[in-house]
Amino acid sequence: MKSNPSSNGGVVIENLSLSFGDTEVLKGVSLEIAEGEFFAFLGPSGSGKSTLLRAIAGFGPAPRGRILIQGRDVANQPPWKRDVGMVFQSYALWPHMTVRRNVAFGLEERKVPKKEIRRRVDAALDMVGLLSLAGRRPSQLSGGQQQRIALARTIIVEPKVLLLDEPLSNLDANLRIQMRREIRELQQELKLTTIFVTHDQEEANTTSDRMAVLDDGVIQQVGKPMELYDSPSNLFVARFLGTANVVQGSVEKRNGGKSFRTASGTDIPVPSSSTEAGHLLFRPQNVSILPADARPHSADILLPGRVRHKEFLGSIIRYGVDARGDLVLVDDPHRTTSRVFDVGEDVLLAMEQEQIKLLNR
Amino acid sequence: MRRAVQSFQRGPAAIGLLIALFLGVFLVVPVGKVILVAFQDPNTGAATLINFLDFFRNSLFRESFVNSFYVSAMSVLVASAISIPLAYFTTRFNFGGAVLIQTLGVIPLIMPPFVGAVAMQLLFGDNGSVNLLLDEYLGFTIPFMSGLNGVILVESIHYFPFILINLSAALNNIDRSMEESAQNLGASGVRLFRRIVFPLAMPGFVAGAALVFIKVFDDLGTPLLLNVNNMLAPQAYLRISSIGISDPMGYVISVILVAFSLLSLWVSLLALKGKDYSTLQKGGGGLMRRDLRTWEKAGCYVVVIAILLLVLSPHIGLLLLSFGTVWSFAVLPDAFTLEHYYTVFESASQYITNTLLYAGLAALMDVILATAIAYVVWRTKLAGRKWLDYGATGALAVPGVVLGIGYLRTFHDLQVPFAEQSLASWWVIIVIAMTIRRLPYALRACVAAIQQIDVMLEEAAENLGATKGRTVYRIVVPLMIGGILAGFVTSFATASVELSATIMLVARESDAPLAYGIYEFMQSAAGRGPGAALGVVAVIFVGLGTYISHRIIEGGKRKRESTSIVAQEATI
Repeated sequence: MKSNPSSNGGVVIENLSLSFGDTEVLKGVSLEIAEGEFFAFLGPSGSGKSTLLRAIAGFGPAPRGRILIQGRDVANQPPWKRDVGMVFQSYALWPHMTVRRNVAFGLEERKVPKKEIRRRVDAALDMVGLLSLAGRRPSQLSGGQQQRIALARTIIVEPKVLLLDEPLSNLDANLRIQMRREIRELQQELKLTTIFVTHDQEEANTTSDRMAVLDDGVIQQVGKPMELYDSPSNLFVARFLGTANVVQGSVEKRNGGKSFRTASGTDIPVPSSSTEAGHLLFRPQNVSILPADARPHSADILLPGRVRHKEFLGSIIRYGVDARGDLVLVDDPHRTTSRVFDVGEDVLLAMEQEQIKLLNR
Repeated sequence: MRRAVQSFQRGPAAIGLLIALFLGVFLVVPVGKVILVAFQDPNTGAATLINFLDFFRNSLFRESFVNSFYVSAMSVLVASAISIPLAYFTTRFNFGGAVLIQTLGVIPLIMPPFVGAVAMQLLFGDNGSVNLLLDEYLGFTIPFMSGLNGVILVESIHYFPFILINLSAALNNIDRSMEESAQNLGASGVRLFRRIVFPLAMPGFVAGAALVFIKVFDDLGTPLLLNVNNMLAPQAYLRISSIGISDPMGYVISVILVAFSLLSLWVSLLALKGKDYSTLQKGGGGLMRRDLRTWEKAGCYVVVIAILLLVLSPHIGLLLLSFGTVWSFAVLPDAFTLEHYYTVFESASQYITNTLLYAGLAALMDVILATAIAYVVWRTKLAGRKWLDYGATGALAVPGVVLGIGYLRTFHDLQVPFAEQSLASWWVIIVIAMTIRRLPYALRACVAAIQQIDVMLEEAAENLGATKGRTVYRIVVPLMIGGILAGFVTSFATASVELSATIMLVARESDAPLAYGIYEFMQSAAGRGPGAALGVVAVIFVGLGTYISHRIIEGGKRKRESTSIVAQEATI
């Protein structure tokens, strides 16, 4: 973790472990989130990302380790004393209260004077654009409206941290894109430290400043979305963030330089600074597919192959090419004039050396 | 860390302990005492089986044991004979009488069996309306009500809905695809029924039958009112009330009653356990139904209406009795009058006010206890919390007679301060008995209510600064209110006609509730009219209660459905 955020005002998690019975769900998680940062927890279901978020809010079994919010250890605090605002996956709006009562709840519990509650509720509802629905019941609202009310109910208490637990998963595709923009804009406006849990890498990429990829209760990598995509530290991160071609083999010395010899015997030249690695990785869009008789000038790596299958995905055509026993996926941008290769056709794959990553695990 | 977590649980822990204490003092200790005394030598107090030997050496007790068993088994049989055709009609045919049948399922339950027993004697007894007519026109009579037959008839008419409801639910839960795939693989007709439908419906039937068996086995009021004393529950009552609380026989019978209750509950649990045969899939609904031909429909209606008349007969008889002047050796009463109602409201109104007070208090305590237990069990991690649920539900296996005997024995020597009497004869003990007896039902209603609340709704409140206590007050209880109300009304209605424990605990006439009043009146021929009038009042109490709780539950359902429809429309 080489990040150096000014974390005194944000969230610091130190060596946090947590078990459900005998199952260890979080295994020594450490993390620093800067004040005002929009941070995403990304991982598959069962990775522990929601458990980590809930532990920050004070829900679930008691963890071991420390959780510092604005420098104060809250790990021993009950949820109602932590002052973190959480928006639940299914919004958790109280069906027996009107929208106004829902939003007012946190201020009422804080014994804020009635007049001020009224003013602040109006302001919060106005901010999410739903002041006109104040008298309605949650059940009379659409999914997107419920989402906004849940957000208003949480930010009205001005929490130190905003926690969002897969807040977009119950919305349809178009609304999801709109809401993630709104959430991001709101966060920027309020400069609120925000943690966002999602299993959708697109959501994490588009909203967050930085993110942590979790798997099996362990943080795999932390960084800016693009850094993680381009320089994954392990195979899990590489595969979780988009499609990747992974070839097994080993780095060997050859003719003064170095090359990666694949399990099927192909040699791929790699930079001479390369150290020992068991896997070679590259993204499908970084490979060019050319006719078998093409003679490209700029490519460092050329691999002959034969098209095994192809899928038309709209903006791209994804080819599966058998390159001397290794199946390589190639994404070729689709234009109306571009050449389309047929299954069974011999082709040449071309790639530049800097697109290649070597990984140990 | 651990200490901090426990500190949030201190409140629930204190409440849990209080409830455990209450259940311990008023359920576990009395029942334990009864069992202990049954195994003690009455003179020396040493552990012994001599009481059980004495029990089986006595021919009257042996006869009572056999009779109780026989009556319960026969009642299950007769109740099945009533229920099976009804369940079959509604689930297999497109039969317009389905509403009639559903009504049939509720009507008997709104009247405790002992209330209608005397009226049944006047309709079906040796000199009752039906036999008088039979004798006059056909020249023979049928001994519907003589001896044990009377108990069997009254009990099966009253308790058949338990089988009907469970069996219908089981049949309705069988998905059409089960039947269709069997047909697709070549099964049809009787083989299809025997190999697919019957096994899938069996658990529901067994569960209902076990309930009927135990209800009949434990019932005290019906045999007493029909003057059938050679059964177990009446024997227990008579031994204790005539010989005294030191006679061991009442305790031996109590142990036998409890053992059979537990056995039946176990059988019914076993029948349902691991056999959640709810095969229903989305969109599908029950077995294939077919339309009936005209003559088939007529046949169905004849059967249903005949059963409806039979089921309604206690109500009809009770109504006639309450308005009739003299009704003896006649098809109908000689003349009609409102006199009995005047008598009841003038001289016996204390029964009604007592009932309102007792049942009201008992229902209130039930819902408070049930809400607290439901919360402790489902929302905290307290060690041993499940035992509160088991303990409260365990009251199901304790017949009223046994609880009554246990209270008499345990609290007889306990003086209530300021009241200057023993706790066993104080009116409050009746309220406590009602509370314990009805707690399992209130608890199920409250547990169902709390299970429907998404835990996130509570977490959201805590997240916004509400403590556990504030969350219960502002979120949990308001969201449970439908279930709590339904539990209150059900507890109130059934407590208001509770007889078997009350009859043992009523120390003086002025403390007696409705059910006891009916029993007292019905003892003498002259008291039957006012007794029936009081019975009608009881039926109105229970009927109204049942209707209200049904409306609350249905209202809740409708609200949920309509909101989800609104939400769906809104998202589209």
